[in-house]
Amino acid sequence: MYTISNRLKIASIVLMVLGAIGIGIGFVSMPGTVAEAKAMVASHDDGHGGGHEVAAEHHEEANDHGVATEAHGESHDASHDEHLLHQLQNRPWAALYVAAFFFFMISLGVLAFYAIQRAAQAGWSPLLFRVMEGITSYLVPGGIIIFIILALSVAHMNHLFVWMDADVVANDKLLQGKSGFLNGPFFLIRAAIFLGGWIFYREYSRKLSLAQDAATDDTNFVKNFRLSAGFLVFYLVTESMMSWDWIMSVDPHWFSTLFGWYIFASMFVSGITVIALVTIYLKSKGHLQDVNNSHIHDLAKFMFGISIFWTYLWFSQFMLIWYSNIPEEVTYFITRIADFKLPFFGMVAMNFLFPLLILMNSDFKRVNWFVVMAGIVILAGHYLDIFNAIMPSTVGDQWYIGIPEIGAVLFFAGLFIFWVFRALSKAPLQPTRNPFIEESKHFHY
Amino acid sequence: MASKVIHALYTDDDVLMHAVKKVKEAKHHIEEVYCPFPVHGLDKAMGLAPTRIAITAFIYGCIGLAVATVMMNFIMIEDWPQDIGGKPSFSYLENMPAFVPIMFELTVFFAAHLMVITFYMRSKLWPFKEAENPDKRTTDDHFLMEIEIHDNEDELWQLLAESGAVEINILEK
Repeated sequence: MYTISNRLKIASIVLMVLGAIGIGIGFVSMPGTVAEAKAMVASHDDGHGGGHEVAAEHHEEANDHGVATEAHGESHDASHDEHLLHQLQNRPWAALYVAAFFFFMISLGVLAFYAIQRAAQAGWSPLLFRVMEGITSYLVPGGIIIFIILALSVAHMNHLFVWMDADVVANDKLLQGKSGFLNGPFFLIRAAIFLGGWIFYREYSRKLSLAQDAATDDTNFVKNFRLSAGFLVFYLVTESMMSWDWIMSVDPHWFSTLFGWYIFASMFVSGITVIALVTIYLKSKGHLQDVNNSHIHDLAKFMFGISIFWTYLWFSQFMLIWYSNIPEEVTYFITRIADFKLPFFGMVAMNFLFPLLILMNSDFKRVNWFVVMAGIVILAGHYLDIFNAIMPSTVGDQWYIGIPEIGAVLFFAGLFIFWVFRALSKAPLQPTRNPFIEESKHFHY
Repeated sequence: MASKVIHALYTDDDVLMHAVKKVKEAKHHIEEVYCPFPVHGLDKAMGLAPTRIAITAFIYGCIGLAVATVMMNFIMIEDWPQDIGGKPSFSYLENMPAFVPIMFELTVFFAAHLMVITFYMRSKLWPFKEAENPDKRTTDDHFLMEIEIHDNEDELWQLLAESGAVEINILEK
């Protein structure tokens, strides 16, 4: 049995406290109500002008861009100021949402990987099932937090989703046309169905997995196999719709058909990376005795392959839109390249070039610190990926990776570590009666 | 130059693996092992050096990428930068997304084909090459180990007979 070490517990609580302070600072320093809008914006601009010469300059320039690419034709000052205020008000919310989704998607990616390993009856991975089940335990708190943020958005606590604003929809034919799908109640019902289905599979599969250890036959295993195959069908549909709802709809004028797969690739590779990191950590602490470097090699191969798969989808989406250059869809990338140049192209280097060159060598994939290093860069890269998906349409050119963003990441990292390792300590780390466990113990590549 | 070799035939890859380990332990140099199919772990047991063909493939891939980049840059940007459907042909980077499919395919093309040709050259394989199998049965269901004899005929015979060989032949080469 694994027990969570005190140092890890304290570290995760410190992360949560620091993160909560950061999130709090973000919300406190957020500009006030719409009534004081103009005054707030003016003082904000003054502050910039006085304090940071360069920042103010960038600010002006960026604002011009915002106007130029804005399809709504808001050119006069009042509506522009309001737009700016909304962007500034969105920042702590978007920072919270990006971090919450990022850690949630890690456990969801692990859940998909876990279901695939079960449905494919993989012989190498049963040793890691408990690690995966530990990581997917975060689905419950992570999913609840996401659902609360979405519910608060529907309750007009923030402006993350433009289509939730009745005034905006009233003046927007495109959004009116989509309101059959994009409306508050249906949005929340869908979210509840997605989360309910995922959490149900996770909890039931975990139960069967533990029951299999105590059983005298393989019925639990067979049940779990069928359940996993069924879940994968459900997951494929719901994951796609989830990405339209939770990510793509922050930019409701834009659509892309391969978006669901693109978000899937991002969560899949992050999930596999976290499995590798947690496995390496547990092994370094003397648990998981039977995990050898061939298991790590296999996980690193998946990290490498899915990183390239992510790049394939990223590039396919980008290149098709860049090539045809149709105004209504290309604005998506124009705003990103204009205002998010470094994060937008930086993430391609972090998610593609770095793992490509580091993890190509077969020997490097067996070396723990190489895998850890590549893993950290991949995770940071996929945080940026979600950042690039949410921020341009919520905070626009007012983005910055500062206290609210880092605070939110620290908070959810702390919560994630705390919850995952607590779940890991609840059951033996090695399944005993899995039919493939002997093969997995002697797995050698 | 006339030298004598000993051929030991086996009918099972497990027996062969044990025999190879035994011969290696007795410090005899195994000239060659002929198998009808790949025997997992045989190269390790024989102590063969790992292949470097993956490294050559990486280098060939880099060459392919360079060829594609230089070619597209010369043709599309330097030689005749005309406006085709509004694509920005002012610099390579501006028009790069359109070149990526070619860059990718040429990288794979060079890496794959040159690696295969390297494999053929290093393993001396080509059409009309005379087959080198010492015994027809090694292509079907027999394994054959060849060891050169240096005045230790009886000792080797003894060793191989004990190792489970179904047939042992000594012949001039």
